[in-house]
Amino acid sequence: MSGRTSLRRVRDLGTARDGVHHWWVQRLTAVALVPLSIWFVTSIILLAGSDHARVTAWISNPIVAVFLMLTLIAMFYHLKLGLQVVIEDYIHAKPTKVACLLLNNFGNTVLALSCIFSVLKVAV
Amino acid sequence: MVEFTLPKNSRIGVGTTHPAPENATNIRRFLVYRWSPDGGKNPSIDTYEIDMDACGPMVLDALIKIKNEIDPTLTFRRSCREGVCGSCAMNVDGTNTLACTKFTGEVKGDVKVYPLPHVPVVKDLVPDLSQLYAQYAAIKPWMETQSSPPDRERIQSQDERKELDGLYECVLCFCCSTSCPSYWWNSDRYLGPAVLLQAYRWISDSRDDATGDRLDELEDPFRLYRCHTIMNCTNTCPKNLNPAKAIGEIKKRLVERR
Repeated sequence: MSGRTSLRRVRDLGTARDGVHHWWVQRLTAVALVPLSIWFVTSIILLAGSDHARVTAWISNPIVAVFLMLTLIAMFYHLKLGLQVVIEDYIHAKPTKVACLLLNNFGNTVLALSCIFSVLKVAV
Repeated sequence: MVEFTLPKNSRIGVGTTHPAPENATNIRRFLVYRWSPDGGKNPSIDTYEIDMDACGPMVLDALIKIKNEIDPTLTFRRSCREGVCGSCAMNVDGTNTLACTKFTGEVKGDVKVYPLPHVPVVKDLVPDLSQLYAQYAAIKPWMETQSSPPDRERIQSQDERKELDGLYECVLCFCCSTSCPSYWWNSDRYLGPAVLLQAYRWISDSRDDATGDRLDELEDPFRLYRCHTIMNCTNTCPKNLNPAKAIGEIKKRLVERR
């Protein structure tokens, strides 16, 4: 039982004045990932069966290294934004929700940076 | 977490069967959700065998026949019986629709009639829509102007009037909102397709001066952006409107003004 009117409950804390950025960047990274993932998958297929030296030589190419890092940034940013929506949609218990959102942010940052560092280590 | 099974007191049991009169030849079975707040019993499905030769063609005709001739305790809302009042919104054959514009003949096999999903039930087929009405009130569904009132009507060009087509026809039956999984999971914060369609109706009204304020009130990860373009709203709308498109237009406006 609550003395609050249903209008009061619906309006709650007001709007976050936010969400457009999330929506826009999710689409931006999605568009970027179309050519990037086609390029990445095609390259990996063409590299199938190659020895270690050939693959490291491929990654060391400056253009390849830059595009690999672009793919990683777009992919992990897109992943982070998407998972955030899934967590907000389905997980309603506050402690679990906050823990999952933190893990989503930290986890994806760690994974993205590790991948980028690996590319740099091979390339530079 | 989201609940994927019904709570214990919502599990549906088998109810009573009301057989058709013996001389009936054209029989359809109606399986109708029954629940009463009195008595503390779980909901059940009652079976009504209807002689279709003595019944009108719509699902609502059958429900009225049941109430008048077979079981007066059956409770449902209805008023206009021609699809303009939105009262008889319910789930027929697995899809939210208006019982008055749904032909029984379109349903194959038994006709299953349930209340609108994922809203509290008051009794039988009557859902509690108070939250949806509050959400509708929250978007200020009236014209807001700064300019002083003119001596006559506020003029619209024919093109400006056309922009309201597909929006003003909404009868607020809430078939769309209650068919939306995003609304099921987050109805406390997400406004839902019906209310967002109405928000867009006022955003696109050439006579309204508060477009920016209206967009401000929607710019929120939950109020607007819980829409993931699932499109159940557009699929289910008994008036053939397109709430998903209206929500898309709101998102476009918000990007435009960045």
